[in-house]
Order: sequence, then C-alpha cells, then structure tokens
Amino acid sequence: MVGLTEVAQRAPGRWQIAEVEQIRVETPRTKTFRLRLPMWMPHLPGQHYDVRLTAPDGYQAERSYSIASPPDDEGAVELTIDRLDDGEVSPYFHDVLVEGDQVEVRGPFASYFVWRGEVPVLLIGGGSGVVPLMCMLRHRRRAAPEAPMRLLYSARARAEVIYADELGDDAIVALTRELEGVPIEGLPRVQLGRIFPGLIAAEAFDSGLAFVCGSNSFVESISQMLLAAGYAPDRIRTERFGPTG
Amino acid sequence: MASEEPRFVSRGFTGRPHGPGADRLPPGQYLERGFPVLTAGPTPRVEPSEWSFRIDGMVDNELEWSWDEFGQLPAEDVPCDIHCVTKWSKLGTSFRGVSVDVLLEAARPEGEFSMARSFGGYTTNLALEDLTGGRAWVVTEHEGAPLPREHGGPARLLVPHLYFWKSAKWVRGLRIMDHDEPGFWESNGYHNRGDPWKEERYWSD
Repeated sequence: MVGLTEVAQRAPGRWQIAEVEQIRVETPRTKTFRLRLPMWMPHLPGQHYDVRLTAPDGYQAERSYSIASPPDDEGAVELTIDRLDDGEVSPYFHDVLVEGDQVEVRGPFASYFVWRGEVPVLLIGGGSGVVPLMCMLRHRRRAAPEAPMRLLYSARARAEVIYADELGDDAIVALTRELEGVPIEGLPRVQLGRIFPGLIAAEAFDSGLAFVCGSNSFVESISQMLLAAGYAPDRIRTERFGPTG
Repeated sequence: MASEEPRFVSRGFTGRPHGPGADRLPPGQYLERGFPVLTAGPTPRVEPSEWSFRIDGMVDNELEWSWDEFGQLPAEDVPCDIHCVTKWSKLGTSFRGVSVDVLLEAARPEGEFSMARSFGGYTTNLALEDLTGGRAWVVTEHEGAPLPREHGGPARLLVPHLYFWKSAKWVRGLRIMDHDEPGFWESNGYHNRGDPWKEERYWSD
C-alpha cells in the first residue's frame, strides 16, 4: 500500500455540472471524455460516475460509466465510453457532445470492484471492460510502479484496442478475430485467439486479487479459468456488463 | 415543480420516445428487454441436493427446509417489475416461489431485522417490514422454467419493491436480528434500504 495516493472512500453523491474539457477518439467505437468537475474528489481505481441527461420536457436518462483516469488527476475525470448503436446515452456522448459542452454527473461510487493497493494483481478485461482496469494500471504506474500487476486484455481486432499506445510489457493483448498473417503493430505482447486456460495459468499469481471485467459470458469463462488456476472465489472480483446503453 | 430550481437541460438531448410502460419506470431507470447478470464474483454452483433454506437467529423456532421439503410448501406465481441499481428495469416478468410470510410464520421471528445469506458468502440486510405483507418470496422458477444458475438458481430471494441486489441469488437462509447491520453491497457504497422509487442508490442518497 506504501506509495499509493490516499483516495476517498465516501462519495459526495451530489449531482454537479461538469464541463467537457476534451474528447479523444480511442477507436472507431470508443471515445474518452475528459470532464472538469466543480466538486472533484479523488476516486478509488475501479469506481464509476453516474451521468444524467435531461430533455427539455424533463425526461431523464441515467447510466454509469467506469473512470479511466487515475485518482491523482486533480479536478477532472476521464470516462471512456463505447458507442452502442441501440443505446440512448452513449450515442449522445459520441454524436452530440462537443468540447465545451456541459454534462450532469455524480460520483465516484461503489467500493468493491476497486483496487486499494493489494498486491499482486491480475487484471483481465474484455472489450471496454478494460476501462476500470486501465484506471488501476495507470494508478499503479504513477503511484506504485513496483507493485506487481499484469493485464490480459481481449479485443476483437487491433483497431479495437483501446489505450494501445499505453500498453507495455505488463500487458498481453489477445485478438480474437484478427486474421493470421496480418502484421500487428504497436503492441508489445500480442497473441491471436481468445484468452485460454494455459495463458491464465502462466500469468496467475500465487496470491493477491484478480479483477475481471467484460461481458457476462467473458467474465464467466475467465472466472472458471481462474478457479482452475488456483484462485479461490474470494480472490476474484468481477464486473459484468450486459446490454446497456 | 414550479418552486424547484431551474433544471439543467442537456443540449441536444431528446431521449427515446417515452412509450407505454414509461410510468412504471422509477427515476433514472431504463427499459431492458433482456435479463442482465450482475454478480460480484464467480457464479456459485449449487445443486438442489445440497441446497437448503434455514431461518435462524432471533426466532422462536429455528427451521431448515431441504430442497424436497421446500417443494412441498405452498408456492405462488409472482408477476412483477424488477429494478437493478445499475439502471436497467425489466417490466412484466414473473417468478414462482414461496412467500416469505409462510416461512416466517413457521419460524416466529423475535427481531425486526434480518440478514439474507447466500451460498458463496453474499449477504444483504432487510427489515422484516420489507420481507412481509406479501412483498417477498423465495423463488425457484423464472417465467415457467427452473431458475437459471446465473440468476441465482436453484433459489433466490425476490423483493421486487427494492433494488434487485436485495433479491439475494443462491439464497440459503435468513438470520433474524434485533438490530440492523449492513450486508455486502450495503457495506460497499450502496444504500441501506434501496427503494427505487426514492432513487436510494448510494450511501449519500
């Protein structure tokens, strides 16, 4: 735990109007929204913010999005959001919001799928499930670079890998639908095909936690591999997203 | 409404058409046609042969039913809407199971609070007021089929008037207590009671 930034466990909880300071395109389907907050507080890696959209007739839609940025990024948080074609909130973020716009948010929330400095840590993410794990990885790099932490990240294709330029030797990317023979650039450690039991077994730690985030089927299959690799159920923390939008 | 502060309006947002059923959605919820799965850890595997349901703690009569014994209790169909704190709601679904009234009547509780306990270690706290009066069940079927494992099979608690984390999956019993204590999510940032119509999501709500 030594060296980690002190982060708050309790949330302010109040709705606040954030300013969209920056929008970055990560992949064709994902963008990162940097929000400047008037009532910022440090978060725990793994926590989320709620966002609320309000129509002129008073209709409101709320969703939760994981925080991608590390806790010591004072005054701002970054949310990386996947665009779901049949969604209601994510298409608004992708298609309507521009830098300088305002958006209503509150947080940070939840305190189970969070990294409090326990070591060692194995992170396993599928698709945009990598977002809260990236927050943990970024926090470790800044605050506790010696803490053993590895990321296994499953994505469909090279073009869909979020944060590719930040992935180093501590990350293995599994590309599930990339064609063999196509050169894959800009990723230090990559394999074609799904994450498989032998990979989990090779990367597993004898102690510490595993954080698994992705679709329900992804989390189910990875959890089974972790159990087989010797992780007791209480060493496995999961976050699943079903259809959401 | 007139006395409220001017409301923030999201530039360029109109939302989905607010069709039929919109008045059955609590604030901040959206309509979901599937049945998403949310669990803090791996899905436990509990066979009916190893399942039992126990009521203990501050009761006059501690009780435990095996799967077969539980199947002999009077079951009823429970049509309901369910609301998950992660924002989705599922309308017009149905479960089948035994009313908690029936179970508690046999155990004769002597406290006002309870902790529901599950295989895998999950807990959630409920005041008896929220478990009685025909508002809570231990269910073993969903929409006419055995409750799937990922949704808590063989049996889960069903408390549809509260956020769905209160409807403990893989439930194995109720401990009756004379005081309230936070359960798993209630210790991890979520509201102690969780009424979706009051939007009681988090500690601070």
